[in-house]
Amino acid sequence: MIPRELKESLAQHIASIDHPRELVVDVMFAVQDHYGYLSDEAVEEVAELLDMSPLEVEQLATFYTFIYREPVGKYVIHVCDSVICWMEGHESLLDHLSGKLGINLGETTPDGMFSLLPVCCIGYCDRAPAILINKKVYGPLTIEKLDDILEKLRAEGLTPSI
Amino acid sequence: MSKLELRERFASIQRESERRNEEKNKESIPTIFIVMSTCGLASGATETKQAFEEALSEKSIKARIVPVGCLGHCYAEPLVIIDHPTAGFPPICYYQINADRARILVRSYLEGGDPVLKYVLGAMEENDLIPAVMDFPRFSLEQRLVMEHCGHIDPNDIYQYVAKGGYSGLVKALEAEPEEVIDLVEKSGLRGRGGAGFPTGRKWRIARATEIDDKFVICNGDEGDPGAYMDRTILESNPHQLLEGLAICAYAVGANRSIAYVRAEYPLAVKALQKAIKSAEELSLLGPSILGTSFNFEVSVFQGSGAFVCGEETALIQSIEGKRGMPQHRPPFPVEKGLWGRPTVVNNVKTLSSVPSIILRGPEWFRTIGTEHSPGTAIFSVVGNVKHPGLVEIAMGTSLRTLIFDVCGGIPKKKEFKAVQIGGPSGGCLPSSFLDTPIDFDSLTQAGAMMGSGGMVVMDEDSCMVDVSRYFLDFTQKESCGKCTFCRIGTNHLLNILDRITKGEGREKDLELLETLSKDIKDGSLCGLGKTAPNPVLTSLKYFREEYEAHINEKRCPALKCRTLIAYYIDLEKCARGCEVCVGCCPVDAIFTTKGRKKAIDQELCVKCGECRSVCPPEYDAVFKVSPPELAPIIERPPEEKKESKKSAV
Ligand SMILES: Cc1cc2nc3c(=O)[nH]c(=O)nc-3n(C[C@H](O)[C@H](O)[C@H](O)COP(=O)(O)O)c2cc1C
Ligand code: SF4
Ligand code: SF4
Ligand code: FES
Repeated sequence: MIPRELKESLAQHIASIDHPRELVVDVMFAVQDHYGYLSDEAVEEVAELLDMSPLEVEQLATFYTFIYREPVGKYVIHVCDSVICWMEGHESLLDHLSGKLGINLGETTPDGMFSLLPVCCIGYCDRAPAILINKKVYGPLTIEKLDDILEKLRAEGLTPSI
Repeated sequence: MSKLELRERFASIQRESERRNEEKNKESIPTIFIVMSTCGLASGATETKQAFEEALSEKSIKARIVPVGCLGHCYAEPLVIIDHPTAGFPPICYYQINADRARILVRSYLEGGDPVLKYVLGAMEENDLIPAVMDFPRFSLEQRLVMEHCGHIDPNDIYQYVAKGGYSGLVKALEAEPEEVIDLVEKSGLRGRGGAGFPTGRKWRIARATEIDDKFVICNGDEGDPGAYMDRTILESNPHQLLEGLAICAYAVGANRSIAYVRAEYPLAVKALQKAIKSAEELSLLGPSILGTSFNFEVSVFQGSGAFVCGEETALIQSIEGKRGMPQHRPPFPVEKGLWGRPTVVNNVKTLSSVPSIILRGPEWFRTIGTEHSPGTAIFSVVGNVKHPGLVEIAMGTSLRTLIFDVCGGIPKKKEFKAVQIGGPSGGCLPSSFLDTPIDFDSLTQAGAMMGSGGMVVMDEDSCMVDVSRYFLDFTQKESCGKCTFCRIGTNHLLNILDRITKGEGREKDLELLETLSKDIKDGSLCGLGKTAPNPVLTSLKYFREEYEAHINEKRCPALKCRTLIAYYIDLEKCARGCEVCVGCCPVDAIFTTKGRKKAIDQELCVKCGECRSVCPPEYDAVFKVSPPELAPIIERPPEEKKESKKSAV
């Protein structure tokens, strides 16, 4: 269950506008922020809030790149696989990433730290090859820079947040 | 409410903006402008800013730090402009200022008065001491209307935009009748910058003419074309100009609500826009009864994070309505029946951002820039194999050659220009014979490319056109929403054919097949995505047909790119006895020592990564790439060594 305050503030926002369905993506993001991903329970909750059927929410959830229907790692890495990044060598970057993390695209490391996902052009082509980690952009990347970033994140990720 | 009152209320905002400006100038302390848009941040502008702050406080120097948006010089980030009024220099623009250089600048320039010439890009004003940036081709050839203030103002400070004349266009519009505003836009000849180039004034007029009161205006900031990021930059660097344009549009067509659709991939742009909306509301430049008039206008931000196809206007509307973003049949067009069944104007970020200056300076002025049928400027993000990638705004009608070679510095590494892809996955690839084509809607379409939303990918001689087309198709194939059979299955089929051609398995009839299939996809698709998906293939077939033929008939990749069609070998004459550099870098232990104590490549093991070629010392330069692979001389590996290496390779 999402916390009562969150539910109430969402319900309030929904009640205040003419076409509540316009908020479905925002609501999915808000609920996802709470659970870390959009669980089955979350889908039901979103549907209830917006007076939609869970199936309708499900259809949307699977359409949007940044809505996750399965648990994801603490750091979600989106690797751009569009043409500029490809020209600048994203393939070897991806090989390196999946080798280093021991996972393929679409998977999460067993320790729950990293998920690896593809994404189409993220509009940072001037920094190709570029990736997003939790929506923050990194680039232009080399294998060395990538290693540095991963190391930093791993260290950060291991320190328990207060 | 009279025009006088409206003017008076706005004048008080202008006075406040002036007062703030004067207050800043009163203290003649240095100002440090730091580019803090995404490109700046990704190159370390945060660290730069912190270093400035620390160094200033250490040395107890008083200076103002102002974060500004993007100047478009992505290659030179982090960019910093320092205005040091007492040093005797004009404001100076510095490039690639990291934390260390920031400290040096504080010490040498702010404290010592020495402007540190080696970090200078140029002066921001003409002077006798330092070359001015205006004299560089990049600056002098550019003509900035939409991005005029990007990089010169703090996007989070509405008063800075007002100081540049911001929101005066809105006030002028509010003084006029809506029809008059539409007249101005129509006369200016402004065409939509979202790709299709539809006349903006005409679109507004249709929306105005509909009987229904409840109308919407949507700003399309979905920008999904690979290679394009202009809209992001405008949103991050000067969101107020867009809001002003939106408000003018809404006033003209009679709408009271607007949605700005921005990709969730652009968190900084979303934040900047939300903040801008809030501060405009506080000054009554947006919101209920704007500046005391009867015009109410509310803007909200919608974060899309769907797919490329969501940029198509009907799909975008579906997405806002909380449905999957799938294109719908047109007609009815959104201007007749759009969001929630209401008349809806959808315009691109750049289109709307062009509007304020048209209203303020008049359509005649706008028409002096650009060409007769494409007035105004074009904004491109030029990426790929160019020396100075970045955002460029040029007058329509400028040639591709000027843009690529003069403005963006040409092709790096002494390579030859080969082709330029304009209009992203819907556009086309033009060869060097088209370099003198003027950039405008009609000339580009005629050449087989299209304006698109402004992504421009420059390719050098090492690019294989078959492979590039394959990659563009890979994109559209993944991004097809799947509604139309031809788009869904046809693009997949095209991709398979291209795949096999790049692997050297192309068949004699493949080129014809590509052409007929392309035609079927164009005819059988509902929206622009499918209708234009085959364009990269068709244009490259038209201009680089011999490359396709080489792949199919000779199993040869002329650009030496397609892995299955190439081989690496080491020239025994050139290889230095005793040099071992390449051996260690090979990921599969394919390099062995010959009887003559030189190195050679085991073609069976080699995965063609190219590492050995890049590490071979330039004085030997012994590793070569050839196509077809049979051209590589075969050198037998001594049997005992072969076994050993194979083991370690597993
Ligand atoms: C597949 C596809 C993607 C599109 N993506 C965008 C986009 O990212 N931004 C945009 O402004 N227009 C995009 N368009 C064009 C829009 O449908 C629409 O024509 C445009 O937003 C109208 O604005 P304008 O008249 O100002 O150009 C796209 C069209 C298609 C078919
Ligand atoms: S052409 Fe392609 S993307 Fe467009 S509606 Fe049809 S299937 Fe969808
Ligand atoms: S191209 Fe790569 S795999 Fe082949 S020999 Fe050179 S380093 Fe080894
Ligand atoms: S192609 Fe990768 S960010 Fe645009």
